[in-house]
Amino acid sequence: MSKPVVATASLAGCFGCHMSVLDIDERILTLIDLVEFDKSPIDDIKTFTRQCDIGIIEGGCCNSENVENLRLFRKHCNILIALGECAIMGGLPAMRNGIPVRECLEEAYLNCPTVDGGIIPNDDELPMILDRVYPLHEIVKIDYYLPGCPPSADLIWNALVALLKGTPLDLPYEVVKFD
Amino acid sequence: MSEMKFTIDGKECAAKAGQTIVEAARDNGVYIPTLCHYEGIKPAGACRICTVRVGGRNMAACTTPVTNGMIVENQTPELEDMRKSIIEMLFVEGNHMCPVCEKSGNCELQALAYRYTMLAPRFPYLWPKRGVDASIPKLYKDGNRCIQCLRCVRGVRAADGRKVFGLVNRGGHVRIGHDAELANALGDEEAQRAMDLCPVGALIRKGVGYAVPIGKRKYDGAPIGGELERA
Repeated sequence: MSKPVVATASLAGCFGCHMSVLDIDERILTLIDLVEFDKSPIDDIKTFTRQCDIGIIEGGCCNSENVENLRLFRKHCNILIALGECAIMGGLPAMRNGIPVRECLEEAYLNCPTVDGGIIPNDDELPMILDRVYPLHEIVKIDYYLPGCPPSADLIWNALVALLKGTPLDLPYEVVKFD
Repeated sequence: MSEMKFTIDGKECAAKAGQTIVEAARDNGVYIPTLCHYEGIKPAGACRICTVRVGGRNMAACTTPVTNGMIVENQTPELEDMRKSIIEMLFVEGNHMCPVCEKSGNCELQALAYRYTMLAPRFPYLWPKRGVDASIPKLYKDGNRCIQCLRCVRGVRAADGRKVFGLVNRGGHVRIGHDAELANALGDEEAQRAMDLCPVGALIRKGVGYAVPIGKRKYDGAPIGGELERA
């Protein structure tokens, strides 16, 4: 039997959740024995090469590229996991949700104290900023949610083990934390 | 004072006359989750987390007095799921960003979410537009995190008994306002008490904070209500 295939991505996130994946320490050797990675920053594969079993997404959607990427993951992954606060509810980037986009851009690129004669970037190459930051489940169907900022390595490990073995997820008090 | 007998989930309990179900349960070593309730201030029954079933009806245990022979259902799957759904509703109703909140780890709303293993709310986020009021010299008032439990309204008083905080507006627009004169007079101690009263991070003291490292905060290691259940 071929190994289950895992793909990961960081959308509007800080890569902290990916760091937490690496935080499983030496268990990563076991993980490599158990699964293969496809599109992921971990192996630097840029495009999907096949249908994957598990997709793990960090970060919410703050621009059009995030949405495109997320839809691509939904298409290519049988199970999609929202990893971390940003994926679940927008997280830090979603702090802009109460502020109009124009105001955000003007503050960052025109009125910020360190800016001298700035312009608001508007190039065709750049993805469009969305009106607000969207959690993943507001755009595609998400199968599982793992909270935390970042989620603890044990939570990620327990979830992967449960998925790979088909056993119930072990959730001791210490592993479910929102910060 | 006469003793009364009642049961919670079949456990024989005793209560003094006039005690509420929450108070009597605590004295008998039974935890009923509470959020808007705070020992020492008048119960409001605002959040309904403490809902129990008595005689086939749902009641707020923090406001309902015990009666003799009362049969209380507390930890039924239905009630526990309803409590979890209330927590989830509170999470989507405000802007609760735990990673950037100073109260994280000491927050009762978060602690209840941990207790009920909330991985993600089942309801859609509402993204309400609410502001931060930094006009009080010793306190930040963050409407994003307020759950309108009314603890500050009931518990924070000036020396002459006048309320410092109060409700303004109606319905979905309700928010916590304050009497500027009384709020400006709050000293460090009173500000700390107000922050301690607030179950979430809606009242935060200025100038101090993050004194306790992650891992050593109130609800980092053990669930809320655990002290009653372990005893």
